[in-house]
Parts: sequence; C-alpha cells; structure tokens
Amino acid sequence: MNDILIIDSTLRDGSHAIRHQFDKQTIRKYASGAEKAKIPILIVGHGNGLGASSLQLGLSKLSDSQMLKIAKGQLKKTRLGVFLIPGFGTIKNDLEPAIKIGVDVLMVASHCTEANITRQHIEYGVKKRLEVYGVLMMSHMLGAKDLLVQAELMQSYGAMGVVIMDSAGAYLPEDVTKKISVLANKLKIDVGFHAHNNLGMTIANSVAAVRAGAKIIDGTSRGLGAGAGNCQLEVIVAVLLKMGYKLDLDLFQLMDNSEKIIANIMIKPQEISSVSLTSGLAGVFSGFAPHVKMAAERFGVDMRDILIELGRKKIVAGQEDIIVDIAANLKQRKKAGSEENPIEALI
Amino acid sequence: MTRKKVRVGIIGTGNIGSDLLIKILRSEWLKCGIFTGQNPLSQNIRRAKNLGVPTSAESLNAILKNPKCCDIVFDATTAESHLKHAPILNKLNKFTIDMTPSGVGKMCIPIINMEDCLKVKNINMISCGGQDTTPIVKAIVDVHPETQYVEIVAHIASKSAGIGTRDNIDEYTQTTCDGIRLFTHVPRAKAIIILNPAEPPIIMHNTIFAQITNPNLKLLKSRITDVVNKIRSYVPGYKLTLGPIFENGRLIVMNEVEGSGDFLPKYAGNLDIINCAAIAVAEEYARRKLKAS
Repeated sequence: MNDILIIDSTLRDGSHAIRHQFDKQTIRKYASGAEKAKIPILIVGHGNGLGASSLQLGLSKLSDSQMLKIAKGQLKKTRLGVFLIPGFGTIKNDLEPAIKIGVDVLMVASHCTEANITRQHIEYGVKKRLEVYGVLMMSHMLGAKDLLVQAELMQSYGAMGVVIMDSAGAYLPEDVTKKISVLANKLKIDVGFHAHNNLGMTIANSVAAVRAGAKIIDGTSRGLGAGAGNCQLEVIVAVLLKMGYKLDLDLFQLMDNSEKIIANIMIKPQEISSVSLTSGLAGVFSGFAPHVKMAAERFGVDMRDILIELGRKKIVAGQEDIIVDIAANLKQRKKAGSEENPIEALI
Repeated sequence: MTRKKVRVGIIGTGNIGSDLLIKILRSEWLKCGIFTGQNPLSQNIRRAKNLGVPTSAESLNAILKNPKCCDIVFDATTAESHLKHAPILNKLNKFTIDMTPSGVGKMCIPIINMEDCLKVKNINMISCGGQDTTPIVKAIVDVHPETQYVEIVAHIASKSAGIGTRDNIDEYTQTTCDGIRLFTHVPRAKAIIILNPAEPPIIMHNTIFAQITNPNLKLLKSRITDVVNKIRSYVPGYKLTLGPIFENGRLIVMNEVEGSGDFLPKYAGNLDIINCAAIAVAEEYARRKLKAS
C-alpha cells in the first residue's frame, strides 16, 4: 500500500534532544498521534536503543519496558519497534521482556564495519517472528563496496532490510545516490536511509536515497534528535507525496503531532549550530562536542579546528582521549604561526 | 634439569587459543599436549605445528581419541560449543577452563576465588571485561556496601575481537554483567561492550561507574590500588589511568590493559587479561598436582 516504508524514530532517536527524558504523558500522546497518522512503524526506547540507559550515555527518565508498555497501549495498526546495539542490550535482560510487551519490529545496529556482531540478535528476532532490520551506523566512513559486504552479512542473518545511517550528517546527495544504488541493486532485501541534518541535507539526501532505490525512510517528528537533528518526518512525507509516491499516511496529523506534541517538549529549536555544522563537514561523531568544548577551553584553541582535525584523523567514538592530544598540538602549531587553513585541507 | 610439567589441551585455535599456546610454551609448569581446532587449513594450527606442538583439526575428538594427551583443557571455542563440550570433558575427568562466556562452570576471578575454583572441575573465565573490572567493582562495594548500581564499559579494539567474541557478543555482555552481580551482590549492574574500529587500534580500556552518594575517596583509592597491584602480578600491563574521582553523583575509575604482545599486538590487552588469569589458575592447579605426585 505504501511505496516507501516510513519508520518513525521520534520516541527513540528524538530522545537525545531532551537528554532521554521522555515522560509518560508525551509517550502516550505521541504514540496515539502516530497511530492516528497511520505511521507503519514506531520505534520506542532509549536514544541508543534497548539497554543503553546508562551512566555512560545518560539515564532515561523511564525504563525501556515502561516506555514500550505505554506506547503499546496506544497502538493498533502501527507496529511497535525497538532498536538494539549489541554490546549494550542483551537478549535476556532486554529483548525477551520487549517481546513479552508485544514488540513487532526489531532494528539491530552496529558501526558500519562491525556487522558480524549483529548476527545473534538478528537471528533471534527472526526466530521470534519479528520484522527485523539491520542498521549500519557512521556509514559515511565506508565506500559503497565495503558497505555492501557488511549489508550482505545482515541479509545473510535474515534481516528484511538494511538501513544506512548517516550518523555524522556528512553525506551530500551524490554520495547517497552512489551508495544506495549499489546496495539497492545488489541486495535482495530492502534498503533504507536514516539522515542527520548537520549540513542541512536530510530532505535532499532522503529524496536522493528514494530515487536511488531506497524503500525505507527513517525520520523524526520536527526533526527531533541529537545535535542538528534528524530528517523531519512531516516534511519528507509531504515531499514524497508531492513527488507522486503513494503513502497511506495522514499528513495533517503528522504536522499536528509535530506542532502540538513535540514542539511543546523541545528544550530549544532544532537548529544547526556551528559545532554541528563543523562536525558534519568533518564527518565526526556528534557526541564528541562536550569533550571538544572542554579541550578547546583548556588549550585556548577553536573547537572547530579540533573537530576538523578529528575528522581528518578518522577518529571514532571511544577515542575521546585523542581530543586532548589534538588540542595540545593545535596550540603548539598556533604558537609556531602556521597559516594552514584546516577546512581547505579537509575538502 | 627440566621440571616435569602438566599437559594441557587447547580446543579452539583462534586469537584466544593461539595466545594461550604462546603463554603455555613459556610456562614452567605447563606444556601443550594438543592444540586442536576445526579448520585443517588454519594458519594458527600450521604455526603451532612448526613450533613442535601436537595439533589436530578434529576439535574435541582429538582429546576423546587420546584422553591421555592432557589433564587440563582450555576451551576457547564458542559458548554454544562449550555447552556440548562440558559434559564430555567432565566424563573424561579433565580440569576444564572455559574461556567462552557460556556460563556453564564456576565463575573464576583468580584474585577473588582461586581456592574455590581449584575444587571444581569446570571453571568459567567470564570475559575479558569481567576479569578487568570485577575486582575493582568488588573493592568499591566492599568499601560502600550501600552501592545500588554499578556499570562497566569495556572498549576493545575491533582487530582484537575474533569471530568467537563476535558470535558470542550477547553472552559476553550478559555474563560480564552476571559476574559482577555474583561477586559483589550489588542489586543492579550493567555491562557495556564497545568494539572500536579506530586505526591504529586502541589499547583496551575500561571505565567503572558506581552510584554512591558520599564516597570515601581516600579509602577507595587505597583499596583499588591494592587490587590493581594484585592483578599486575599476573597481568603486567594492567594500570589505573583515572580515579577514583567523584563527579555528578558518579564514582569513576578508569584503567587500561596493554597486552604482552604474544599473539596479537600490544593493543589487545583483552586477550592478555583473560588469558593471564586462566594461565594463573592452570599453573596453580599444575603446581599442586606435581607436588602431590
């Protein structure tokens, strides 16, 4: 019935924007709104997925189970989904309880080079008759060929589709076209795209993905999400309708969900700050921002210079210790009076 | 004069098994009776053969066919395989050291419960993250028994996580968490495992968080330092890199483990911490066996 499968991640990825503090009322209202808008799949839980509520990443106000139960109570036709990164959630502690609550969809995610850590959870979901998708995060770090190898692994484990995530918001439409068309041509399963807005490209990139053969688009109401935010759901749906795709969704209800529910809980507008923009340009993990800010202040260098350097060195999440090194080096270079322009060097 | 040694078998010829072999070849108490895997074309088996070690590609069958080849068995296969191997090894009366996160045998952290482990026939080495962080969590909870929640985050270089670890990522995470609860009785615990693909590979490092309202930092520092020194006696590359510090209601301790660079380069401290712990138990078992005979 729908030409493109819309996955609504507002109650998952959106929670980064409010430090994982979704309350009962918001979840109830939003899930009910999603049902009314005929959203096919609503993903619910901590921003980093099941089991990720932690001192490391931030504690959720409500447990995953609490959130899922409340959402489930509002859903009839809309399928309830969860997101899981192996190494965070486990089958026993997280997935089994979620299935008991009545989850229909499972998205299993890994860094784009690590697809083989998703085998257990994809296979488990398939065995439990869930609708299972694989997700490759930080996908801008791999070329089309290597990305295909990783996506094929997820296909071989039984995933119904693979969603390519532009975690750093680093893609331009032509990058999307190149990668998605390779995957869409070579895979037997559907391909999806999950965009971030660091370069203001979420709609353009999602359109490029669909034109290149993507059958799944993942977004959030009002673009709610970490840093610059996600692909704004009501906007991409409107654009896809205008392009002539058949989507059995209530567009005005989607707008109402955005304006009457999500707008009320936003701490600040979902704008593109200079730090988010620079992260997108450099292709670095958006979670570096607080560490970069500290290092910049300590060494008296510009945050943006550090971000560009992190991108050039292909530093990934978990290497936060290198940030201090880079800041110290930049300070020395500044003293030596080097005139190098880091952004030009990057491009 | 060369001392008599106790013979060990290694099932599983991946990263863990190959690193164990190198450590055993150096041991004063142990020697390798069989190094056995599944793949006859395995480079690791060929390398072992060149070192003069008896090898096989028949996995556990090699030990079934020739039970006298070893007294101690390291199972470095997968959690799934160990479930099948455990009853067979039990019948053969082998002292079995399970390197997988199967959860079958008695969980073993040498500096906490070595004595109890030598009394049973199947011990489980939990996981590298568990070996690394549980003793520190225990030190924290000993000082602050009121602790309600602890969390550990293990960062491991992608290159050091072989297919076994990847196939067992769920058991790995679950067993690490269960181990912390078992040894410390803390009501709630969480383990997070992050495989980091950075180049050059990162050295294994770990963060321990505990929710404590009013920590006694001085006492904690001294107890944690004691534990670190004890671990260093069998894992020389283990060191404290931060803390204990108290920030936003969280107690934070960080450590890293530089490997000895036996099979994989030094970044793979995760191999060292679990393998050195396993070797420490095997050597103690061997020492007592040789004394008794």
